[in-house]
This record gives sequence, C-alpha cells and structure tokens, in this order.
Amino acid sequence: MAVMAESGVAQVKRASLWTRAFESRNFLGAMFMVPAITILILFLAYPLALGFWLGMTDTKIGGAGRYIGFQNFVSLAKDSVFWLSVFNTIFYTVTASIVKFAIGLYLALLLNERLPMKSMIRAIVLLPFVVPTVLSAIAFWWIYDSQFSIISWVLIKAGLITRYIDFLGDPWNARWSVVAANIWRGVPFVAITLLAGLQTISPSLYEAANLDGATNMQRFRHITLPMLSPIIAVVMTFSVLMTFTDFQLIYTITRGGPINSTHLMATLSFQRAITGGNLGEGAAISNAMIPFLVAAILLSFFGLQRSRWQQGGRD
Amino acid sequence: MSDFDRRSVLKAGLGGAALLAGPGIVPVRAAEWTNTPEPNASIRVLRWKQFIQAEFDKFAEQTKKFSEKTGVKVKLEAESWEDIRPKAAVAANVGAGPDLIIGTLDDPHKFPEKLIDVTDVADYLGKQYGGWYPVAEKYGKKGNGWIAIPQGATGGCLNYRISHVKAAGFDEFPKDTAGFLKLCQALKKNNTPPGFALGHATGDANGWCQWALWAFGGKVVNEKNEVVIDSPETVAALEYVKQLYDTFIPGVLSWNDSNNNKAFLNGELSLTLNGISIWTVGKNSTDPKQQEIAKDMNHAPMPIGPVGVSTEQQNVLVYYGYKHSKYPKAVKEYIKFMMDKENYDAWEVSSNGYVSPPLPAYNDNPVWTSDPKITPYRDCLKRCRDNGFAGDLGYASAAVMGDFVVVDMFAEAASGSATPKQAAARAAERAKRYYQV
Repeated sequence: MAVMAESGVAQVKRASLWTRAFESRNFLGAMFMVPAITILILFLAYPLALGFWLGMTDTKIGGAGRYIGFQNFVSLAKDSVFWLSVFNTIFYTVTASIVKFAIGLYLALLLNERLPMKSMIRAIVLLPFVVPTVLSAIAFWWIYDSQFSIISWVLIKAGLITRYIDFLGDPWNARWSVVAANIWRGVPFVAITLLAGLQTISPSLYEAANLDGATNMQRFRHITLPMLSPIIAVVMTFSVLMTFTDFQLIYTITRGGPINSTHLMATLSFQRAITGGNLGEGAAISNAMIPFLVAAILLSFFGLQRSRWQQGGRD
Repeated sequence: MSDFDRRSVLKAGLGGAALLAGPGIVPVRAAEWTNTPEPNASIRVLRWKQFIQAEFDKFAEQTKKFSEKTGVKVKLEAESWEDIRPKAAVAANVGAGPDLIIGTLDDPHKFPEKLIDVTDVADYLGKQYGGWYPVAEKYGKKGNGWIAIPQGATGGCLNYRISHVKAAGFDEFPKDTAGFLKLCQALKKNNTPPGFALGHATGDANGWCQWALWAFGGKVVNEKNEVVIDSPETVAALEYVKQLYDTFIPGVLSWNDSNNNKAFLNGELSLTLNGISIWTVGKNSTDPKQQEIAKDMNHAPMPIGPVGVSTEQQNVLVYYGYKHSKYPKAVKEYIKFMMDKENYDAWEVSSNGYVSPPLPAYNDNPVWTSDPKITPYRDCLKRCRDNGFAGDLGYASAAVMGDFVVVDMFAEAASGSATPKQAAARAAERAKRYYQV
C-alpha cells in the first residue's frame, strides 16, 4: 500500500509538471517552433553542413571518403580552370545584374505610368520568367547556333553581315551571349518586383514635389529612389544570388565551353563532382561560392539600406 | 592493323582457332547457365535514350518477352546518355534508384564496390560465343571479376559525302592521317568543309580528339598510370589538329554532340565523325534533300596515324547492376537474355547497325553486309582503345574525360589560344590532379 501511495504521488507530480509546462507561454511557443526548426535543420542546415564536410574530404562517387582538411582548397588554388570559373562567375553576375537592374527599373517606371493595355503589357513582361529555364536555354542555344542562328540569318538577309556570327565558338562572344540570355530571363523578376515597390509610394509626395517645382529627375532622385531603396536591396540581393548560382542556362547552352570560357563555379562544381566523380572537390568549389554570396548580401543590406542614403544624404 | 588486333586478341585469350575463323566464330563449347531469378522479382532498368526509334521499340519488345518468359516485371526508362551519368552516380552514392543501368564507358569503374558481380554472365556469354573483344573485356572487368557487361558501342565512323570527296580528288577515302589532312584541305578549298566538334561534346569531341592524340603516339598516362601527356608525340598531334582545324566549318568550338548531325543533314558539312544515325535519319526522312544526302553518304574508319595501328575511341555502352537491388539474380537474367545472340541479332537489325557488337561472334549478323555503308560500323570495338589508355580504367580516367582535359587541350591549340606546347603542359597539369589521388 505504501508503495502504491508513493507511486501515485509521483504520478501527480509528473502530470502537474507536464500540465504546467504547457501552460507556460515560453514552452508552448518553443513547441510550436519545433516543426519549423526541424524543417530548417533537415532541409537547409543539414545539406549546407554536409556540403562543408564533403568539401573537407576526398569523397569520390560511391565512396566514403576521408577528412583531408583544406587540401581541396589548396589544390583548387593552383587550378587555372577554377580561377577562370571564378572570373567568369563574377563577370557574369556583375554585368547581368547591372543590366537587369537598369532595364528592370526602366520597365517598372514605364509600367507604373497610365498606359493603355497595362495588364497585358505586364503579362508579356512576365513571360520570360514563366517559361521553364531549360526551355528558354534551348531556345537561346538555337538562336546562337553557328549554322542556324536566326539573328545571323536576319542580319545576312538584311545585308548587314556576310557570314554567320560565331556566338558560342569564340570565348568572349560566348560570355556575352550567355549574359544576354540571363538578362532576358531575369529582367521580369526585377521589373515586376520594383513595380510593386513603386506602387507603395504615396502620390502625395509627388504632388508636394510638383508644388515645389521639382523636375522629373529631381522627383526620381529625391523621392522614387530613396523610397524604393529597401525593395531594390531585396530585389538585387536575390537577383545577384540567383545569377551567381546559375547553372541551367550555362549547362544547356555551352556546358562551360568553349575552352571553359563560360564555366561558372556552379557548372564546374557539377562537372567535377558528378561527371568527374570527385564529390569532395565539387563540394569545395560550391563552398568557395559562399564568401562571394555573403559579401553580396552584406552589401545589399548594410549598404543600400543606410538610412542617410535613403533620406537623400551623400553616403 | 591486323597484326595489332591479332596479338591483342590472342593475349586476351580468345584462342587462335577462333580468331582465324574471322567473323562468325564457331562457339568454343556450350556454356552453362544456372541462374534463377528471385520469385516475384521486379526490376527498374534505366537505359540511354534512342536515336533510332525502331531500336528502342525492339528493345522494349524484347524486354516484354523477357517478362513473359521469366515472370520478372521490368520497368524500362530512358534518358539521354549524358544524363545517365549523374543519375548513375547518385544511385551509387545513396544506394537507391534503378536496379540496372545501361550507361557509358568507365562509369562502373568509378564505383565498382557498389555493383553486382556479373562474372558468371560474362563467362557464360564469353564461352558461349567465343570470347569478347579485348577492349570490351577491359571495360567490363575489375581485377579478376566482371562489374559490367559491355552492350557494344554507339560506333563512331567518318561520315562523308561521296561526291564531295571525289570532287576533292580522292577516289578512295584516305586510310592514313597524311592523306586525311590533304582531303580536308581539298574539301575546304572546294568550299565543302569538314567539321568536328571541339566544344564540350562528350561523345564526338572526345572521340576524335582521343583518336588524334593516340594516332601520333601521345597518351594521357603510361602503363603505370603516370601522366605523360606533355610529350613530343602530343605536340605532334596538336600541330596536326591545328592544320585540320583550319579546314573546319566555323563554329566547331561551340559544338556539342548534336551539331554535326544538324549541319550534315542541312548540306553544310562534307565530313564529320558520327554514329550511323545521320545516314539512317536521312534515309528514312520524308525530306527529299535529306534523302539525297543519305544517298551521297558513305562511312569510313578513322585513318591510321604514324603509330601504325587503329587508335579509335568509341562510346562503349555497358550494363551494370547495383548491389542495392533486391533482385540481383533477375538483373543478371535480364542482361543475359538481352545479350543472347538470338535477341541481340534481332535488336541489331532493328537498330540498323547502330551498336557495334562486343563479341566478334555477333559480326555474322546479315545487317552488317545488308548495305556496304553499314559495314565499317561492325568492327568499331575491334579498332578501338579504352579511354584510360595506356593505364587503368577508374576514377582518374573518368575524371579526365569528364573534365574535358584532352578536348580542351586540342581546342586551345587548334584555336590558337595556346601554343601546342603550352596546351600539352596545361593538360598535364590538369591530368596530374586526378592521377595523383
């Protein structure tokens, strides 16, 4: 009997502890967070950590691999193809992002005006974003074909050139060609997002500026741009991240050729890891992208969002 | 060439009597096969996507026959053969996916410990049909056991326009590299240029670049797997290709595996390296222009260089089953069934000679002589070397090929972005990174 009584007391104590825990707002809050945290850990943190770990190993396809520290990075530092891919990635990202921003902003300003058939024009602007990347890449591959290019055909028919342009067979032509394909694909995202930002700016600000006699340029410089800067920061961060990590366009159009002149870090990582079988080195190349990506994020969030700049100051 | 083959074949243990018999080798002795598939087995097969529809249809039909005969359910899937490589790698790494893959080249040698031992299948087929070509054996074997069964090769030969070659002053297609260069120069002069892929084209670019390297005595590694590509022989090959490149149609630096097909069938190309698919597609086309091109086409083996023997590199196809399969016996039964001569021959006829056989005994298939244009494809495996030559097949050979080390070397030298010596040195530096592991 005594034993039973003791166990009964223990049960009451345990139950009350459990009940009390669920009455606590902090505990309950933490419990509600568990599913989200589990998903984050499983699908974001774990793959990232695994990528870090693989980059520190000599893992081959189908093998376990062993820890080799920074050996992959040391080896990559002496690899001319890797450095060429770093250059190509930076060139691709910087040129494509600048042009995408310029065209996207221009289109957003245009679409923000009172235009006839505005909805239809907006839908057309979105089209490149809707088409699956691989399909648009195949279309560009045909557009740039050395024998069947529609651009070359039109120019020849117009009497402007005498032979087909070697879009993808010359290293610099190929770089500019893939940049152009990326711009076509990326402009809608920038344009539509900036348009959304433009529509949040209160018309009263422009009315006040008009009363003060501000010119179009002054209104853009002192109202539009500062008010739009938070959204620019977000849009350009995403745009830079997506361009820097682009894979499908390059892999479909050039597979990194000619002579590796369009290999981005992402495509080289795939080539070394999967077709080459060296998972460790492929992961190391992917890891080498992270500092660049972090720098891009920091630049966007701490640079473009500075409050004085937003208020028209001179930072 | 014949001396080289004879010695190689003898070394591989085919037996002199069988060799002298030539095509249509008489089986040495009937082999035994005692495998029984697991009850209620069901397997998933991933194979290369067809270039010739009739070939795939026949393959699917025979797969159905196999299921009816054995009760083994087979789910047949097809992917572009370049896309199979990543899938095969993932399957090996995660231990899930298809039970059996028909992929390419030395892929199985990248993860041999993940694969089903198919020595019994190889022994059975070898004994039953008088032995494998040495190169097929090298692709299939790891140590003393077999990890893969060669299905054949999507044979690559020179595809040329008969009238253009004649107009260039050649009644016969040249058999050596010197004559081949003269032909290309004459074709260029007549404004009917040749063109060979020099972009990241896994099949075509690797195919002819490896041929050129080996034809002049160059090689990535020696028998000890030491990198020896930075050699006078390689430089000679690069100098030769530089002269060839000057005769090519513009744009080859960007070409992948489908560009030469398109250009040839559009009448813009007189000579290229390809499988038999250009001719087959042209012949079966409803477009009169393409039919005309097919009539004016013929095929030839790659010319022989200063080394004096055939040095072709072919896209060898290989069956490999995974240990993660629940039904390894069913996998082996399927390979055996599809490779049995009766089934193989029927499939070969449907493919119009698209796959060059790995067993010399299969050369007596009437499809090879049904049209003289098909015959050069019959002996592709007889003429070819493996892509790890002169070393072993494995991670390093696959990585060097997957990273386009040889193709980039030729592209650099040919386009003038590096001198032949610089290109060879750079290729050596790249190859060493893989062979040092």
